[in-house]
Amino acid sequence: MELLNVKQIEKYYGSKSSLTKAIDDISFTVDKGEFVAIMGASGSGKTTLLNCISTIDRVTAGHIYLEGKDITTLKGKALNKFRREKLGFIFQDFNLLDTLTAYENIALALSIQKKRSGDPDTRIKAVAAQLGITEVLNKYPYQMSGGEKQRVASARAIITGPQLVLADEPTGALDSKSAKMLLERFNFLNRELDATIMMVTHDSFSASYASRVLFIKDGRIFNEIARGGDSRKEFFNKIIDVITLLGGDASDAL
Amino acid sequence: MLFKIPFRNIKRSMRDYTIYFFTLIIGVAIFYVFNAISGQAAMLKLVFVGSEVIHALKTVLSGVSVFVAFILAFLIVYASRLLMKRRNKEFAVYMMLGMSKRRISAILFLETIIVGIFSLAVGLVVGIGLSQLMSAVVAGLFEQDMSSYEFMVSGNAIMLTCLFFAVMYLMVLIFNGAAVTRMKLIDLIHSGSKSENIKARNPILCVVVFLISAAALGFAYYQVGWNSIVIDTNKLRVYIAIGALATFFVFWSVSGMMLRIMSLNKKSYFRGLNVFTFRQISSRINTMVFSMTVICLMLFLTICALAASFTVRNSLNEELRSRCPADASLRYCYYADEGDEIRSRRCGSLEELYRKNGYNLRDGFSEYVDYYLYGDSSFKMSTFLGAHIDDLKKKYANYAYSNDEDIIKLSDYNELMKLYGKETYELEDGQYIMLCDVKDFNKVADVVIKENPQITVFGKTLTSKYDECLDGFIEVGGFHHNYGLFIVPDSVVPDEAEPTANNFSGNYVANDDEGLVQIEKMQQKRNSDVDAKWQKQNPDKIGNVILNTKQDQYRATIGIGATAAFIGLYLGLIFLIACGAILALKELSESIDSIPRYEILRKMGAEEKDISASLFRQTGIFFILPLILAALHSVSGIKFAIRVIDDYEIKGIAESVAITCLMLLIIYGGYFLVTYLSSKNIIKQKD
Repeated sequence: MELLNVKQIEKYYGSKSSLTKAIDDISFTVDKGEFVAIMGASGSGKTTLLNCISTIDRVTAGHIYLEGKDITTLKGKALNKFRREKLGFIFQDFNLLDTLTAYENIALALSIQKKRSGDPDTRIKAVAAQLGITEVLNKYPYQMSGGEKQRVASARAIITGPQLVLADEPTGALDSKSAKMLLERFNFLNRELDATIMMVTHDSFSASYASRVLFIKDGRIFNEIARGGDSRKEFFNKIIDVITLLGGDASDAL
Repeated sequence: MLFKIPFRNIKRSMRDYTIYFFTLIIGVAIFYVFNAISGQAAMLKLVFVGSEVIHALKTVLSGVSVFVAFILAFLIVYASRLLMKRRNKEFAVYMMLGMSKRRISAILFLETIIVGIFSLAVGLVVGIGLSQLMSAVVAGLFEQDMSSYEFMVSGNAIMLTCLFFAVMYLMVLIFNGAAVTRMKLIDLIHSGSKSENIKARNPILCVVVFLISAAALGFAYYQVGWNSIVIDTNKLRVYIAIGALATFFVFWSVSGMMLRIMSLNKKSYFRGLNVFTFRQISSRINTMVFSMTVICLMLFLTICALAASFTVRNSLNEELRSRCPADASLRYCYYADEGDEIRSRRCGSLEELYRKNGYNLRDGFSEYVDYYLYGDSSFKMSTFLGAHIDDLKKKYANYAYSNDEDIIKLSDYNELMKLYGKETYELEDGQYIMLCDVKDFNKVADVVIKENPQITVFGKTLTSKYDECLDGFIEVGGFHHNYGLFIVPDSVVPDEAEPTANNFSGNYVANDDEGLVQIEKMQQKRNSDVDAKWQKQNPDKIGNVILNTKQDQYRATIGIGATAAFIGLYLGLIFLIACGAILALKELSESIDSIPRYEILRKMGAEEKDISASLFRQTGIFFILPLILAALHSVSGIKFAIRVIDDYEIKGIAESVAITCLMLLIIYGGYFLVTYLSSKNIIKQKD
């Protein structure tokens, strides 16, 4: 079932005299329950793409449909409502509120929703158990490791039951062990809870946990590979191959 | 380049500087306005107020200005340090680019100069404008109309303001320079990433400390405001110290308990942005305890200074009107030489005395009453008071209780009251009326009369017509000094009784204010001549010829009242802007630190309305908490002030409190509003 439909979007920065095309005509779809990774070098436009989908940024042209609804036309209150009800965010620098404990950070996501469904306490504890952060719930961010922080951020992102979880370089600030643990949790969330995850990364290892990888270069989709029945290791090698190609002469690739 | 950087910096960091500028400008303006007052007072040609009063006012106000300058200097140094901290990253860049500390100091120097000159110029313009408004207040306080007023600029005040602020900015430069030399590059680079350390205080300890400090405050309040026993200065200092310490610990414990109390109600704690708001507040309240204490105490001083000074002034002026029903009154009396034990007073004729010196007592008076007071050496104040004398001796240890009580014939009294335009009395045989206008003596006399309404004077037993001592006086004067006067039927005083004092009250014969002033001068001159000659001729006698005049009282009282009001207003305003500015700067710097947090909230889909509400509450609580406690302090403070000036009739206290509240609302509320709006602007989403 199609969840997200990105249709010929463009995003320009700057004035007429010095125009930068951060996104230059990108179209793709994401099905429900997919785990999509978006790869690309620095400045390729991948974060801009994520920002457009998350409505943090506006597209210059084109449309983005979530569950068939055009989200590029949303404004003000409707935009906030959409963001808090349909989306979950995970950022490279965690973006946890440093004055709140882990528990309160997660609870805040629920209380911002203004909808009361079930006992928040049990829900928070259940999500915490799934992400392995029960022990740190009463700690403040500065008392936690990077991996723990990112898992708390993940718990905060999925507690509201969003249609789409958007992760921007979630492993960027983590050591390899924490990164692996986080990605395994993503897989778990994706498989067991049927969460749709869209992750931006420039790390092939992180991307290899996804079910599909989109490659972006200079604002355009350059390539796209699906994992299919491959093992993670095989998929990782395929990704490396594409990266090598990407890293080559741009004119050869396009 | 060196010159470009400071200008650009100021332009760019305008949002940080707004409150700073605002405060500096108000500071300069207030400084100017109050230093220009004496010039304005002189200009208003205050007829009854001598130049010495204006001179005294000028001296007092410039003395207070030095104190005010210290407060402003502290405020400016504090603010500039706070602004400097905000720019550590910028300094780090300069240093990494190889700029020497001297160059950085030079940039800061130029910035301070630019800000200083700009704020001084704008402040002076604002001040000159405000001081024209102030002249209406000056005229009001001196009870004058504005007819002789013209637009004025006081060169003297401008000079003083420039001088004081130049010194203050110099201090800022020295402090900033010292801060720059101490800067280390590594600290500057890491200054942004502060590690939050939220230490939770032991809640039980907090509750205990809170209860103790609340009890201590209650005790201090009671002692200062309600306890009927007279407080001496040393005890008062102890209570003030207790109050200040208790204030600190109240904030300390409240800050420790607040989050606990809020989080008790899980439902409200986890509603909307509440958890964020509470945490924001509690993360800062710990570091704010000291500054909130200082602000609370300053607000307390402000409220008391404003309310008390206006009350004093209103009461004094009200007093003046009722206490001076005639232009002048004279009294001539001395202690007779009858040994140390018996100190009965005697007198001669005033008119006779004046004539001997070549004057006519009645000159210059259009209407007058010349009368005598009598005394019976067997009826002294100690006789009348009996055992109740001890109640008074506690407070008035040195009063001459062995003096004969003053006695006045009813006909003399009534004639005098007709001159004063006041109520006359009637007495039947065997009756008397006691008058006294000193509150404490009056109260005790009430008790004495209720216990035993009978007195014996000149061998006759009289009964009080009323079952209390009445309020009243016979001499013109600025304050209450009728400690007891007995009105008796004329027949009670025997013909052979020797008078104890010759009194004379009258109104001047004059058509206008200038005429009154002329006669006043003449009266003062001849009376001091008569008195001086009397003292010379009677070196062994204790006594005098006293002249009390309405104009004398006006000079003294209006001067005191206006000076009190000006000082209260001056200090009150400065304290208020100091409080407002410190809070505002702290809040703004906090808002800048919190920008990322608000970004996170937005990404999580929080509504702008809720974010604003959260910000409003955060800003509000830091403004309202010190105010609440300060208001509580002020209740007992004002109570105390009223007790101190107990001898006067307290008039217009409600009015004074209303004025104070209005000023608080405008200035403190203004700072709150500006802070909230600028904070909102700071955390606004950048599109």
